[in-house]
Amino acid sequence: MIRFFANANYDFIKWRRWAYGLTAVIMLVGAFDLVIRGLNYSIEFTGGTLIQIEAKTALPMGQIRQSLDNVGLHGATIQTFGSDTSYVIRARTSAEADTTGGDTVAVAASVTRAFDATAGAGNYRFERTEVVRPKVGKELQGKAFLAIILSFFVTLIYLAARFEWRFGLAAVLATAHDVLATIAFISLMHIEVSLIVVGAVLTVVGYSLNDTIIIFDRVRENLHKYRRQNLYEILNLSINETLPRSVLTHGTTIATTLALLLLAGEVIRPFAWVMSFGIFTGTFSSIYIAAPILLLIEKRWPGEDARGARALGARAPTPATPTAPAAPRGAPAPPKVPAR
Amino acid sequence: MSTIRGRLIMIGILALGSALSLLPRNVTLRIPNGAGGVKDTVERRVPISLGLDLQGGIHLALEVDESKGPVPDCADAIQRAERVVRTRIDQFGTTDPVVQIQGRCRLIVELAGEKDPARAKSIIARTAFLEFRITDMQNQFQAALPQIDGVLRRAGVKSRSAAPSAVSQLFGNDTSKAAKDSAAEANTPGALSSLLFQGQLPGEFLVPEEQWQVVDSLIQRPDVKQAIPRGIDLKWGAQVESRGATSYRPLYAVESRPIITGEELQKATARRDQQTNQSIVEFVLSRRGGRKFGEETARHIQHYMAIILDGRVQGQPPIIKSQINQRGMIELGSKPLQEASDLALVLRAGALPAPLMIVEERAIGASLGEDSINDGIRAGIVGVALVILIMVGYYRLSGALAVAALTLYCLFTLAGLAAFGFTLTLPGLAGFVLSIGIAVDANVLIFERIREELVHGKSLRLAVEDGFKHAMNAIVDSNVSTALTAFILYLVGTGPVQGFAITLIIGIAASMVSAIFVVKTLFLIWLQRRPTMTTLSV
Repeated sequence: MIRFFANANYDFIKWRRWAYGLTAVIMLVGAFDLVIRGLNYSIEFTGGTLIQIEAKTALPMGQIRQSLDNVGLHGATIQTFGSDTSYVIRARTSAEADTTGGDTVAVAASVTRAFDATAGAGNYRFERTEVVRPKVGKELQGKAFLAIILSFFVTLIYLAARFEWRFGLAAVLATAHDVLATIAFISLMHIEVSLIVVGAVLTVVGYSLNDTIIIFDRVRENLHKYRRQNLYEILNLSINETLPRSVLTHGTTIATTLALLLLAGEVIRPFAWVMSFGIFTGTFSSIYIAAPILLLIEKRWPGEDARGARALGARAPTPATPTAPAAPRGAPAPPKVPAR
Repeated sequence: MSTIRGRLIMIGILALGSALSLLPRNVTLRIPNGAGGVKDTVERRVPISLGLDLQGGIHLALEVDESKGPVPDCADAIQRAERVVRTRIDQFGTTDPVVQIQGRCRLIVELAGEKDPARAKSIIARTAFLEFRITDMQNQFQAALPQIDGVLRRAGVKSRSAAPSAVSQLFGNDTSKAAKDSAAEANTPGALSSLLFQGQLPGEFLVPEEQWQVVDSLIQRPDVKQAIPRGIDLKWGAQVESRGATSYRPLYAVESRPIITGEELQKATARRDQQTNQSIVEFVLSRRGGRKFGEETARHIQHYMAIILDGRVQGQPPIIKSQINQRGMIELGSKPLQEASDLALVLRAGALPAPLMIVEERAIGASLGEDSINDGIRAGIVGVALVILIMVGYYRLSGALAVAALTLYCLFTLAGLAAFGFTLTLPGLAGFVLSIGIAVDANVLIFERIREELVHGKSLRLAVEDGFKHAMNAIVDSNVSTALTAFILYLVGTGPVQGFAITLIIGIAASMVSAIFVVKTLFLIWLQRRPTMTTLSV
């Protein structure tokens, strides 16, 4: 029987300040990058035209760019997409072009002329055309933002109902951390923010919550089981107990995400990148952000059994029940973790 | 034993039902036969509808275009437009077209497998407002030209043409008095009149092609509109005419009041005239419309009648030789027959209540979609293989049970998609692959729990029982919270993202069934078979 971390007894919480530091560095660098470069929004959000062209043979990029310039598409960007015979041309719509309405057809016609000049008619074909008006893009931006906020709100209520509000708040804060870290990652990697990427961010929200809940569920259980331990110890114990599960589940999820990243094609790649990072940060935050934040919250607003008050400090007077009556038959004594 | 039997029957019913809903069945496909009609063919295929990004096709979002005048109630206009667009699409001939209203004022049209976006767009977004109007027989507009020129001169608009003459006589030789007056009034050429050349019939003017936008901007000016005589409108011709080396765009002065509109039209068919080789749309009016048309045409014999479609005059206005009743035709000149049949199609389906504007368009080639499916399936197979490797490698026999449940999971998820008629999109496919990795999470939780219970010294049977019981809280809480975020994604997202959310939600439901119910049943059978077993391969 293979067992990973079977009787692990690491003091995870001890490293919380390092974790805060690491997170702060990622976020600061991300925020700096965000301010300097800004997010690379797809045309779904900015409005504009995207045309994907598959040519029979590879064409020199400089030449395509030149002929796009010649037909008057000055602001258009061109990139290869997956293979060197596949090209994506993006033209953002300017506000004045949007009101005339004729721009969309005009861009397609201009691209046709440019490729007729470079590749020759019949040597290429349009694989994908996407045209979005800025008005629709604005709506989508609002909706994406709304979706993330709504999901926080709903989760907070659900967790407050199932656990208690302290757990809910800690879980939501940890998840908010994941969203910010993921946005920093998107900015640093210069990943194009499309609807699918927003979907990936929301999946990260779900995944990270999932992970936090597994640990919190164990915390809830252990709080009932071991009456003598303070929260610091309970958190460490719970994280250690769920460690094998974390390793296994992250293993299978990372495996499928890597399969998507490497094999599922160019369209899905940004999604897979964001998911890969999200799984990483989700796991990290469940252990190093959610649990310490719970500790802080309990310290600030102690719960009924006042264990938050002695969360970090020395042992408080023994609670009413002298032993650990809730511990199931045959339960081993919980590992002792030195409180600091 | 009985509980195991009951569980097995339950699983059997679920699996059978899922398999049935995935069985290939006959699907009727409508394929356009090229001449405007459709023919139905029957094909057997698995009843999972693929999104446009997987099978190729066109997605359009349309809104009421208010740039040409405000529309008071856009929700009402969109509802009426939906009916018209649906009729048009049905005749256009695509399999399972989607026409639906999104929100209040947006219309979504999805045509799977359609390859010609330009044609589809022109058929959908064309207003198809048909009207017949008599041209300006009294030359009222021409008489008002000097006044309009005066208005423009006072507004400081300079003539762009160097031509010394005012309204020029290009064709025919009837001299225009108005033109002479205008020239006499001011020796400088009129800003508008210098750009207009007299056409062949009353109310027809020709504008050099390179100047038409200048003229259009002039006649759109509010002060010029004021100066145009009451009861007269200016309409551009739809076709450019070439005379010698230069091309001209005709401009018609027509009466504001239509003698009849397309609402009265009952039938329209396209054909090609054998003698003139012209494309023609023949139409039949309703009885009431025919009577009205008869009366009007009787009053206007020897007058010219402009056929105006979506504000553009079609061809040269024909002269009314005798009373026309229910039947008539529109000549389209040398345009291809395809165009004539498209026009007949939109005329039959009726006019849109308001002009529509395409706010979003996605066209995906079929081969790209095919590549996406192949890539997605390949990633899926590799992903599943890795998950199997990890699970069986780590949990051995129990892992194998989880993998067996995983196949049922895949079956349930796909059946869920098919049964509820949800569409599988590329992000959905990605979500499905991802959910395979997450689906085993419930099993991992349970197995870890069983291991812990065993370490605590419980008997095998009790450890399995308690392992499932104690893992349940965590499984339910984590899955519900993931499902909640997916549900929000579905509510707020559009198109492909909704496909992703749906696949995720169905996947979560299916994984709960397979991981908890199916795997527990397998465990129970295993324990039943080996009552003396003391160690569990977990």
